Amino acid sequence: MSPALRDVAVVGFAQNLADHDRERNEVEFIIPVVRDAIAQSGIPRHDIGFTVSGSCDYLSGGPFTFVQGLDAVGAWPPIKESHVEMDAAWALYEAWVSIQVGDVDSALIYGFGKSSLGDVHEIFNLMNDPYSVMPLWPSTVDLAALQACAAIAADVTNERELAEVASRSHTAALANPHAIAGRDASADVLLAEPVTHVPLRDADIAPITDGAAAIVLAAGDLARKASSRPAWIRGIEHRIEPLALGVRDLTRSESTRLAAEAAGVADGPVEVAELHTQFSHEEPILRAALGLAPDVPVNPSGGPLGANPIMATGLIRIGEVATRITAGDVSRGVAHATQGPCLQQNLVCVLEGETN
Amino acid sequence: MAGQLTAVIGVGQTRHVTARHDVSIAGLVREAAVEALEDAGMDWSDIDAVVIGKAPDMFEGVVMPEMYLADALGATNKPMLRVHTAGSVGGSTAIVASKLVAAGIHERVLTVAFEKQSESNATWGLTVAMPFQAPLVAGAGGYFAPLIRAYMARSGAPRHIGHLVAVKDRLAALRNPKAHLHLPDIDLKMVEESFLLWDPLRYLDVCPSSDGAMALVIGSEQVADASSSPKAWIHGTAMRSEPTMFAGRDQVSPQAGKDCAADVYEQAGITNPREDFDVAEVYVPFSWYEPMWLENLGFCAEGDGWKLTEAGATAPDGDIPWNPSGGVLSSNPIGASGMIRFGEAAQQVRERAGDYQVELKTGKALGQAYGGGSQFFSMWVVGNRKPE
Repeated sequence: MSPALRDVAVVGFAQNLADHDRERNEVEFIIPVVRDAIAQSGIPRHDIGFTVSGSCDYLSGGPFTFVQGLDAVGAWPPIKESHVEMDAAWALYEAWVSIQVGDVDSALIYGFGKSSLGDVHEIFNLMNDPYSVMPLWPSTVDLAALQACAAIAADVTNERELAEVASRSHTAALANPHAIAGRDASADVLLAEPVTHVPLRDADIAPITDGAAAIVLAAGDLARKASSRPAWIRGIEHRIEPLALGVRDLTRSESTRLAAEAAGVADGPVEVAELHTQFSHEEPILRAALGLAPDVPVNPSGGPLGANPIMATGLIRIGEVATRITAGDVSRGVAHATQGPCLQQNLVCVLEGETN
Repeated sequence: MAGQLTAVIGVGQTRHVTARHDVSIAGLVREAAVEALEDAGMDWSDIDAVVIGKAPDMFEGVVMPEMYLADALGATNKPMLRVHTAGSVGGSTAIVASKLVAAGIHERVLTVAFEKQSESNATWGLTVAMPFQAPLVAGAGGYFAPLIRAYMARSGAPRHIGHLVAVKDRLAALRNPKAHLHLPDIDLKMVEESFLLWDPLRYLDVCPSSDGAMALVIGSEQVADASSSPKAWIHGTAMRSEPTMFAGRDQVSPQAGKDCAADVYEQAGITNPREDFDVAEVYVPFSWYEPMWLENLGFCAEGDGWKLTEAGATAPDGDIPWNPSGGVLSSNPIGASGMIRFGEAAQQVRERAGDYQVELKTGKALGQAYGGGSQFFSMWVVGNRKPE
């Protein structure tokens, strides 16, 4: 990355998740996370330079979902604001770019969605090629299962490892007050459970989650003022691959590897990694692509297998790593976000604490 | 704009029509992208990143279609972003792309916006009943007609003003081979006799439904200087948003539009838009939005917009031509319409506007787009010379 880039850090993070929430709409999920993330930063709301969100119309089943989200941020007087129809990790990328341009020093990012309003695994078939694949109606889980089969066939992973990933994630989620799918079950217990989508079991599949998350970014001295230990973004890069499964090697993630290389993952020790693994088999694929050593702790929050508010899940990965850095638990970590079938598009963010 | 200098060095656009049955969505966007690359003298491998924009996914029935479009746009193993800011999205998308270059992150960015309305039905796509919300089963025209009536009451504008814009923009479109509507016989009588949709909007006061795509190549100063392609230097970019509804909100001339204009004018050194610009490409999907935006954008005093329209000031041969391309009233691939405004402004200062080229004096042009309930605004100012 260019040495001319400004230092930008996460100085506020909040999440608000629920399992099949029937009480609150999206705005009601967003309001507390925006309030809390801004409060953590100490930056007055009207001093925030830029606001950007990530959401998906097909989760709510109507157009312009992000418009109502604006009601949660207090956009009056009018604000500099944007929206991506992407996981909010990419909204954070747009915010980071805006700060790099230099006309703003801080940004509010939020992502939200209520996956419980429809059958999200079926709905996301509509992300496939509309002429050739969509009519076949493969669900998100069907496609993930194909990838898991390919990974097992190529010895990238095996069923026991999937169960171990799931067991570790669900156990970790028990200690995370925001997670919704915490569960104390060993790999052996999980292996005895029925396979629902060969070779995946329910425990390998991220739970349906409603919710929102927000992050505040600040540059340079503003970040140092806003946080006793800002989580500095040392590298943030993303890459996409073609959608068509037939032109990709599903047993590896080339776009993650390229993003990790560009973001400088290997430039220092990785003490923690939060990966956007919506299915157990994605963890070994991503570990390999990111070049993580076997002893690097992955998803101590429980990860997406513990809570998966689609459109905010990737942003939460960045927030989880930042939280550990700000708390002083680690000095350097990697966050990863993905979207699209079978890890099509991937973002890698390297975060560090101050090195004094 | 803060950051490093940037310029539009390639522009590509499809011929807009009701239904492009001959191409897929991927084929449509690729057509515009290839033309932009050729205009810039570049190949796919020259592009560092792709930024794509479109209006709601329900307009085609594909969730986040950029995933499916990634390889058609040469984005494999590159960064790709998808912007969605309602009707302003075409403009916002170009601004996000320009920021990637202004920040020094990339040298050459391809940005594309599109809508293939024939894949679905936009009015239906806009009228889905949202959970917990009062349904607005009215399409966009039903939403904006009351605001137009409020403008008429406020300004005292006579009823034929909208029809004048409808005729002016369709006559302009006759000089633009890429425009969707080519109505050689258009006149005031034809507009007046077209059927009433939403008072005061008659059928010909309204934009068409189009399939189309727009693409721009944005380069750094170094790339632009080395390019033999004409440049539209970006002198300023701005975006503003405000909530859809709250008591006391001026929906006729929203504050977000005024703030956005003030911001971009300050960046570009514009003090008198009517004199400082040679031309403006402004998002006018319903005829009455020309006089309304003339006021909101500060081209005249409040209440006087309709007088400029009536006097012919905004005609191609007027003192401040608005939408000499034919505008949104002549082509409306919704998600692309904002980028078409930005791109047509660029084509004017690049002197690439063909038969609808305006005479350049200041060498500066405005591109504007808006969306949602008149609440999202994006604007840029481009010029034929580098910003001072």
